Amino acid sequence: MLDFIARRLVAIIPVLAVVAVFVFLMLRLTPGDPAAVIAGDNATSDQIADIREKLGLNEPIWTQFAIWIGNVLQGNFGESFFFKKTVAELIAQRIEPTLALAICTLIIAVSVAVPLGVMAAYRHGSLLDRFVMGFAVMGFSVPVFVIGYLLIYVFAIELGWLPVQGYTRIGVNFWGFLERMVLPSVTLAVVYIALIARITRASVLEVLNEDYIRTARAKGLSNRVVLMRHALRNAAVPILTVIGIGIALLIGGAVVTESVYGLPGLGRLTVEAVLSRDFPTIQTVILLFSVVYVVINLLIDVGYTLFDPRIRY
Amino acid sequence: MSAITEEVVDSASIAAASAKRKSLWALAVRNPAVIFGGVVLLVMLAVAILAPFLGTVDPTRIDPAARNKKPGTEITMRLDDGQTVKRVAIFGTDSLGRDVYSRVLYGTRVSLVIGVAVAIVSVAVGLVIGLISGYIRWADGIIMRIMDGLMAIPGILLAIALVSIWRAGLITVIFAIVVPDVPRVVRLVRSVVLTVREEPYVEGAISVGTPTWTLMFRHILPNTVAPLIVQGTFIAASAILAEAILSFLGIGIPPEIPSWGNIMAEGRTLFRVFPHNILYPGIFLALTVLAINIMGDGLRDTLDPKMSKKV
Repeated sequence: MLDFIARRLVAIIPVLAVVAVFVFLMLRLTPGDPAAVIAGDNATSDQIADIREKLGLNEPIWTQFAIWIGNVLQGNFGESFFFKKTVAELIAQRIEPTLALAICTLIIAVSVAVPLGVMAAYRHGSLLDRFVMGFAVMGFSVPVFVIGYLLIYVFAIELGWLPVQGYTRIGVNFWGFLERMVLPSVTLAVVYIALIARITRASVLEVLNEDYIRTARAKGLSNRVVLMRHALRNAAVPILTVIGIGIALLIGGAVVTESVYGLPGLGRLTVEAVLSRDFPTIQTVILLFSVVYVVINLLIDVGYTLFDPRIRY
Repeated sequence: MSAITEEVVDSASIAAASAKRKSLWALAVRNPAVIFGGVVLLVMLAVAILAPFLGTVDPTRIDPAARNKKPGTEITMRLDDGQTVKRVAIFGTDSLGRDVYSRVLYGTRVSLVIGVAVAIVSVAVGLVIGLISGYIRWADGIIMRIMDGLMAIPGILLAIALVSIWRAGLITVIFAIVVPDVPRVVRLVRSVVLTVREEPYVEGAISVGTPTWTLMFRHILPNTVAPLIVQGTFIAASAILAEAILSFLGIGIPPEIPSWGNIMAEGRTLFRVFPHNILYPGIFLALTVLAINIMGDGLRDTLDPKMSKKV
């Protein structure tokens, strides 16, 4: 097991190396002098010379990369000239809404999609099954922001049940936080529910044909026990895999959802940074999201053994 | 004598094989999902081509007198020659007085172009890289590590990063959406190549000295066609969504070109009072993507039964 974890950890090194090279090259690929691009439009020539010195822009590109990756590994992501802060500070400030949104969305998505998928598989061909499949296709076809505005229109403007936009910090007012988290999380959960429900249905459907399910039924076990303990548990691996892969959807969706609901999170930060061409911030956010995505999928890989003891490494 | 019968058998089996291939396509065309999706897409294509003749006006025409009109309002337009014409803005107007109906219809063009262009380019690029990766052993390791790395960056984020490098434009947006899709095509093609190259007929072809290029084009490439068509449809659907997202965030197609994402981006600020700016392009967008997705599901079920069992 430890051996497996070690091997998986080694395997993510080349992946993250490619990401790092891409993120590093981003700034070099933009037309113009990287130092001037970073400094922004209002920079003095002294500032630009200073940045040039710090990034080692007069050195060969290999040395530049070494300087950059050395800084990144020490947690020094540079300075955002647009926001007038270090990028690390900026991210620390903006991480709470994104984290909250992601966790709420995950909870909603899993607790809705898994039972829905299991029921659809159990009642294969029924009205419920068709509804789930239809919802899955719809979920992939309607863009996140259209769902967002639709929900805002119905629940915030017409019915007036929930606030339209904005964010309250969890430490400031917990109810206010929850109130403002409902619509964004439901919005972002739609596509995730579609994805998870579809895979759950397919993998449970496959398991339901197995001999041990028939045996379990023959033993006189209740439907609930058969479905939850025998079917769902054996179908868990593909479901977990798709939850992991879906993190990419979640991150992309968070960028849009935060813009729709005015949440001051990392997604909004990404868009603001692109609009103001604030490269140190864009680079760090992409690096951060990619590392999170890779690490979550690593954890899920390791987690398989907990759900399926047949998997041994 | 035996040579003659062999030839007969051979031509008969060839005829049977080609009939089988034809019937697969015929089956795909008769699939209700494919028909439904295809019909909706043809309607959208007709709308895109015939946009100037469907009662539209210039989609970029600004009319300060007719700003923010709700759908169904009658508007008096002053033409260039001084005449005034009354017309009903069935989808309303936006905050610059531009006609939303005309903008949505013209926006169909951008979305369809993006969908088709991204699908074709990413399938073509992915096919070439995938063939190389699957066939040339030493290149495989390097190529696949790069692809893994690209896939580690969430798709929309990678597209946003690429747009930020070169500033927005139609070609930039297409390129930015293509890059995240390429690794998925490469993996698909590579897996087909790896399976096919172990088949007896490929080994047979190698043993009689068939040149590599002939081998690739005659024996390996045809096996990738069906899965690539299926993959291509899904890529087209997600590309249309991606363009809408980028434009909606204000970093996609330049705002002067009417695209569904741009219309919705423009409608954001006054959404509470005038939801029609988001509603109508949203309906068109969802309908188009839905049609492509349904068609893709139908194509997958008929052309690629192995894959359809998995999902």
